[in-house]
Amino acid sequence: MNMRSENFTMAPRQTPKNASGITNAAAVPAKLSVNDLNFYYGDFQAIKNVSMEIPSNQVTAYIGPSGCGKSTLLRCFNRMHDLYPGLKTKGGILLDGQDINASGVDINLLRARIGMVFQKPTPFPMSVYDNIAFGVKLYERLSRRDMDERVEWALKKAALWNEVKDKLKTNGQALSGGQQQRLCIARTIAVKPEVILLDEPTSALDPISTGYIEDLIHELKTDYTIVIVTHNMQQAARVSDVTAFMYLGELIECGQTDQIFTHPEKKQTEDYITGRYG
Amino acid sequence: MTTGSSATPQAAEGDRMQKLSASAHERAALRRNGIVDRVFELTTRGSALMVLLLLGTITGSLVLAGWPALSELGLSFFTEDRWAANVNRFGALPAIYGTLVTSLIAIAIAIPVSLGIAIFLTEICPPKMRRTIGTMIELLAGVPSIIYGMWGMEVLAPFLQSHFPSVFPAGTGLTTAGLILAIMIIPFITAVTRDVMNTVPPIMRESAYGLGCTTWEVVRHVIFPSVKAGMLGGVILGLGRALGETMAVTFVIGNNLFLNPTVTGQGTSIAALIANQFSEADGLQRSALLLLGLVLFLITFAVLALARFMLRRMDRRAP
Repeated sequence: MNMRSENFTMAPRQTPKNASGITNAAAVPAKLSVNDLNFYYGDFQAIKNVSMEIPSNQVTAYIGPSGCGKSTLLRCFNRMHDLYPGLKTKGGILLDGQDINASGVDINLLRARIGMVFQKPTPFPMSVYDNIAFGVKLYERLSRRDMDERVEWALKKAALWNEVKDKLKTNGQALSGGQQQRLCIARTIAVKPEVILLDEPTSALDPISTGYIEDLIHELKTDYTIVIVTHNMQQAARVSDVTAFMYLGELIECGQTDQIFTHPEKKQTEDYITGRYG
Repeated sequence: MTTGSSATPQAAEGDRMQKLSASAHERAALRRNGIVDRVFELTTRGSALMVLLLLGTITGSLVLAGWPALSELGLSFFTEDRWAANVNRFGALPAIYGTLVTSLIAIAIAIPVSLGIAIFLTEICPPKMRRTIGTMIELLAGVPSIIYGMWGMEVLAPFLQSHFPSVFPAGTGLTTAGLILAIMIIPFITAVTRDVMNTVPPIMRESAYGLGCTTWEVVRHVIFPSVKAGMLGGVILGLGRALGETMAVTFVIGNNLFLNPTVTGQGTSIAALIANQFSEADGLQRSALLLLGLVLFLITFAVLALARFMLRRMDRRAP
């Protein structure tokens, strides 16, 4: 935690259209950079001129009222919008300096590098073991033993191993809600992505399961860059290093979490955080 | 009980009592509702019992009407390889064989085609085209079977005869009937499969795509396992239709009443045989045809029971 305050010096990012996106200086390299991003659902513009950087091996949280575009932005990172016609992205997103929307990018490989966990647990209709092995098999050929190890590793990483080690053969959809969500996280980790996107990962879970997952997020950031969208401001405050506040498709403010929650620069941010609207 | 004061504990008790016991007005309303409830229950129960009654009556009358044939012909009804009314030989084997073979051919063709159409419609097709194709499939389901019969006889059979004369010397036959049946049941199976595929939540698809799956992998490993039980329902619906389909089959099956144990040769089916002969039959022939009807009934019944059993087993395996 101390590391963070030493290494993070926030400086306003100089972009002509939106000067409010604040990001860290060179100290922590950016894993993802968003450059003047606009996104349209047909005629409706859901994201307006967003620019910011997502630091490597940190947890970045997006907060904001429903419909502010935070989930939409998250889904731009793994190009989930490509699944649906009529949606349009303008502007760039760079992963390690490479434009993810460039024509030569293989979208499936991109999604293997940028994993995602959704609002609701979505275990596949297969055994616990296969739920993990499935994603791994897409891109890697592992021997039986290596696969066993990988599955165990992922389940341990997701703090689920002790609960499921005796029922790896049971259907993943038979686990409890909290276990299912950790299974989904394990599945995402198992393919060893570089970035993990979490779209309100605890919104369908009870407080105890939520606690597990928040602890997990803390541990995972040593290996992964994590981006989380949450409705729950306390959660953002608890788990994130950087917080970005969005409102009506615009990035209002982005900065170190401590600072956003204690001394927000913008009036809108302060109003939202203190519960005056949202 | 009429006191409005609750100064003493007894009076408070009284107040509560009064609230729980109904006034005259409320009692009348309750009685009225009670009668309505009773009538409602009796009518729904009656409708449900009607189904049982109908089923029982139909089975009963088929058994009664087929009994003379069964007692006269005995087991030879099921073993005799020809249906020759003029010499009083009534073997159900050609018809049973024809019914099963045509339906199996139909199902074998219809399942993969329907699955393909449904996958295309739900996973790949652009939305505008989706509606057009969907509507056309529903129209196809509504085409009367006699149209398929005439088309089969006028177009499909001659086509097969001229292009594959070695396989279809006459054009008509069991496979031709199977093809027509497949075309007839594809819309049903497709519609059901599409509907169950649409019940897979988008978030499930997204999480599979999110792992880096291609469309094929998503369909193969995530969508298909979730829908196969539901799809079986559509297959059974189609199979039920194929087993009992009369008009279209009669046109193209060839109506050969001798057992011809090939799959492309001419033959007959239970429904086609009954349709061809029933109006001119009497005595033993009539009874034998009714017995044949009972056999068809039992086959359909067995297929449905098998489907239920398979569904239950699938459900158990995937809780």
